Amino acid sequence: MSERPQPPSPQPPSPQPASPGPMGAGEPSSLRLVFSLGIAGLLAGLLLVGVFLGTKPRIDQNRAEALQRAIVRVLWPDGDPNEAHRIESRVLRDGRLVTPEGPLAAGERVAYLGFDAEGQPLGYAIPAAGKGFQDDIELLYGFDASSDRIVGFEVLAHRETPGLGDKIEKDAAFVGRFRSLLVLPQIDAVRSGEGDQDFEVECITGATISSKAVVRILNESMQLWRPAIHETSGVASANPSAPGRP
Amino acid sequence: MANAIEPDEGRSRAAQELLKGIWRENPVFIAVLGLCPAMAVTNSLLNGIVMGLATMFVLMGSSLLVSMLRGVIPKQVRISVFIIIIASFVTTVDFVLQAIAYEVHKEIGAFIALIVVNCLILGRQEAFASKHPMKLALADAVGMSLGFALALTMIGGIREILGNGSLLGVPLLGDSFEPWVIMILPPGGFLTLGLLLTIFAWFKARAKARAALETKELSHV
Repeated sequence: MSERPQPPSPQPPSPQPASPGPMGAGEPSSLRLVFSLGIAGLLAGLLLVGVFLGTKPRIDQNRAEALQRAIVRVLWPDGDPNEAHRIESRVLRDGRLVTPEGPLAAGERVAYLGFDAEGQPLGYAIPAAGKGFQDDIELLYGFDASSDRIVGFEVLAHRETPGLGDKIEKDAAFVGRFRSLLVLPQIDAVRSGEGDQDFEVECITGATISSKAVVRILNESMQLWRPAIHETSGVASANPSAPGRP
Repeated sequence: MANAIEPDEGRSRAAQELLKGIWRENPVFIAVLGLCPAMAVTNSLLNGIVMGLATMFVLMGSSLLVSMLRGVIPKQVRISVFIIIIASFVTTVDFVLQAIAYEVHKEIGAFIALIVVNCLILGRQEAFASKHPMKLALADAVGMSLGFALALTMIGGIREILGNGSLLGVPLLGDSFEPWVIMILPPGGFLTLGLLLTIFAWFKARAKARAALETKELSHV
C-alpha cells in the first residue's frame, strides 16, 4: 500500500491509467483509501467488542464449570461429577497455603481444597504442568495429605501423539493407578509389569515418554506443594511411612 | 423481453451458483483449495463438521457483506477490507464457539483463527462476491461452504472410522479392530485426501469419456 511514500499532494501521479474504481470516479485519493480502511477497522472493532462482551460471561462460566468438574472428578473419583461440593481455593505464598483475598498476583499458584460432607478438609486438587513428548501436558490431580497419596488424576490438556501418547488419559489401568498412589519417597515410573510398590507407576507400552513425563510433572509438583500443605495443615511433614488410607 | 423473464432466470442462476460449489466446482476435491483446515482438523467427524459449519458461517457472512459493500470499497484497498471483514466474522465464531461448545473449542480452537487465511474464503470474495449482487453471492457462498463442509465431513468420517474405530465418538468396529493410528495422524489426512481426489478425478474422467462416446454415436446416427 505504501509504494509511493510521499506527503499527500493534490495530484498524486498515477503510474498507470486510472482504472475506474467502483465509484466510477477514477483513482480515489489516498485520503479516501485511508478513510475507508479506518471506517472498516472501526466498525470491525466495535462489532468485536460487542461480541466479546456478549460472550464473556458465558465463556467465563464455561471455564469455571470445566475446572469445577475436573476438581470434583479428581477429589471424588467415585462420585457424580455434577454433584455440588464445598471447594475453596488456596494460594501458595512463602511456603504456606493461604486463602486468597482479592486478585492474585501474576505467577502465583493456586490449588483447590475440597471438603467432605462434615466440613472436614478432604484433599487438594492441584494443577500441574510440564513438558510432555510434544508440548506441555497440563494435569490436575487430587492429593490426600493425611496419607500422602494421590487419589485422583485428570489430564486437562495435552498434545501427545493420538493413539500412543494420549493413552495417558485414555488407558484405564494407567489412569486408575493414580487413584491411590504413594508419593513417598517419590513416584517412580517403571516398565510395564514391574510395578509392585505403592509408589510405582507402570509406563504404558508405546507411550513411555509421555508416562514418564506425567510422573515427572507429579513429582515436581509434589516437591513444591507437599511441604506447604503439611506446613499449613500441621501434619508432621517428615513422616516417610504415613499410613495409607484403606 | 429480457426483463420479463429475469426473476425466473435469476432464480435458476442462483440455484446454479449454489449447486456448482457442492459438486462440479467443489472447493476441496476439484479446486483443491483450503487444504490446511481440510487436513489439520479432520481427525474426527465432529471436528470436521464443526470446522465446516464455522467456515460456512464466515463465508456466508463475508460474501454477503462484501457483495453489499462492493460499490463502496475502493478497489485499491479491497483485499485489506476483505480481510478485516473475514477476520471479524472469524473472531465472532471463535468467541461464540467458546461460549456454546467449550469442549469442541478446546480441541480445534487453534484452527478456528486460521479460517482467516483460508484461501477459499478470500478467493470467493475476490472472484465472486465483489462482482455479483447479494443473492448470487449468498448462493455461491452457501454452495461453496456446503461443498467444503461435505469434503471435511467425508475426510473426518473416514479418518475417524479407520483411525479410531468409532464415529462421532461412538465405537463402531468392536474391540477386535486394531485402529489404524496413522489415519488420525497427519499422514492419514494426506492419504485420505489423496484417495478421495483420485476417486473424484476418476468419476470426472468417466463422465467425460461417456459424454464423448455419446457425441460420437450421435454423429454416426
